[in-house]
Amino acid sequence: MLKKRIVATLIVKDYIVVQSIGFNRYLPIGRPEIAVEYLNQWGIDEIIYLDISARANKTGPNFEIVKKVAKKCFVPLTIGGGINNIKQIKELIKTGADKVCFNNILFSNPKIISETASLFGNQCVVVSVDVVRKDGKYYVYDYLLKKSSQYELLDYLFLLKNFEIGEVFLNSVDRDGSYLGYDTDLINLVCNNVRLPVICSGGAKNASDISKVLLETNVSGASASNFFHFTEHSVNITKKYISEYNLIRVDNLINYYDSELDENIRLLKKDDLILEKMLFEKIIPEKI
Amino acid sequence: MRLNQRIAIIDYGIGNIFSILNSINYLGYRNVILTNKELDLKKSDVLILPGVGAFDEAIKTIKEKNLHHILNELVLVQKKNILGICVGMQMLSEGSYENGWNEGLNWIEGKVKKLDLGENFTVPHVGWNNISVKSENPLFSNMDAIEPHFYFDHSYHFDTTIDNISSICEYGINIVSSVQKDNIYGVQFHPEKSQKNGLKLFRSFFNSI
Repeated sequence: MLKKRIVATLIVKDYIVVQSIGFNRYLPIGRPEIAVEYLNQWGIDEIIYLDISARANKTGPNFEIVKKVAKKCFVPLTIGGGINNIKQIKELIKTGADKVCFNNILFSNPKIISETASLFGNQCVVVSVDVVRKDGKYYVYDYLLKKSSQYELLDYLFLLKNFEIGEVFLNSVDRDGSYLGYDTDLINLVCNNVRLPVICSGGAKNASDISKVLLETNVSGASASNFFHFTEHSVNITKKYISEYNLIRVDNLINYYDSELDENIRLLKKDDLILEKMLFEKIIPEKI
Repeated sequence: MRLNQRIAIIDYGIGNIFSILNSINYLGYRNVILTNKELDLKKSDVLILPGVGAFDEAIKTIKEKNLHHILNELVLVQKKNILGICVGMQMLSEGSYENGWNEGLNWIEGKVKKLDLGENFTVPHVGWNNISVKSENPLFSNMDAIEPHFYFDHSYHFDTTIDNISSICEYGINIVSSVQKDNIYGVQFHPEKSQKNGLKLFRSFFNSI
């Protein structure tokens, strides 16, 4: 059976991974290649790397950084930000990207999407849709102008049918960095109106939010960014919780199956006697 | 394990060659090259035919570079082992209907068709899926699980005869997830993106040679 995906999104601004809040406040976290290395070790299913400064600075993708990131990445890698020509896409795929993510380009240069699909197949094309709620309706958000565009969400989704797209990466701007949980109404609306795999994003506070959205909607994967960065083994612990309710991939040696979690899905300390015993356990890393 | 095996990743211009190179390097192999030169391919012990891309573009580039003649000689006559990945596997077929009919390398019977799955299944088939291994196969000789999972991302699938199928996965229909015919191997999923299971697959494949 196909498993639901747990996706980490790296928001990268001037080559530093940042915590994003409401698409307008950013707190620095660290170097992208280090974040990717850890996320991989912890068993993430997929990584979406979004360079949010590339378009604003008019620099295009930074292939050197992408190469560094790809070197540490043994799971699918989607790269977005500042892409505006097919040459860059060829270079990105060659460098180690599996898919490319488009956002604003859909307004200004829709041809690039069909070009990418005909060269690399539609599975390579991810369209990022940022959504904001205004007067009880959903609108597509224009992150460059930092305001809602004139497109109503459903009209926009209808428009997307004309393109050869592989996946939709859906972000709730209102929930971004809010820790209020995913906007399941929005996610259901999108899943019911596109016949494409959808990855949702925006608002996850912990594993329980992810588990809930996987159960309550038809998303193909759920993404989080901020909370994965702040605790050791965040992915392993998240997956331990989610795997009790959903079919996901777990094949990390460190799975915390014998550990207890508190109501905030934080790891509880083991009994002293157990910890004492663990000191003398020999852990032999698996040889591939 | 012989880390000095000469491994050639066929570079025809549009594959995700870096990811594959990265995985194989990670496993410690020292003689891995990206190449489309006849001499390099001839000298190698094993070939990898990568693929992220549309079938028509991929096969067109292979033929433009005259690689199909070279590969026919190396694979069909000299019997070098080859592993096709994703579109690389699809190219082993008679041909594909992606963006109109295009002939493949024609090494394994069967055609590549669009996934037609009905309402409840979105296309592309993307994500981690389990496979059922049909017969003992060197690619899957060292997996922990009976039905190991791998990362898939494709909209077309290889419809081939049962004796060429080495594993299948389920997504609305039974999809061929890997094929084998003598020294010719192909996987629909991406071992280079399937973490531990993918690395193990590469290791088992190289060990079998």
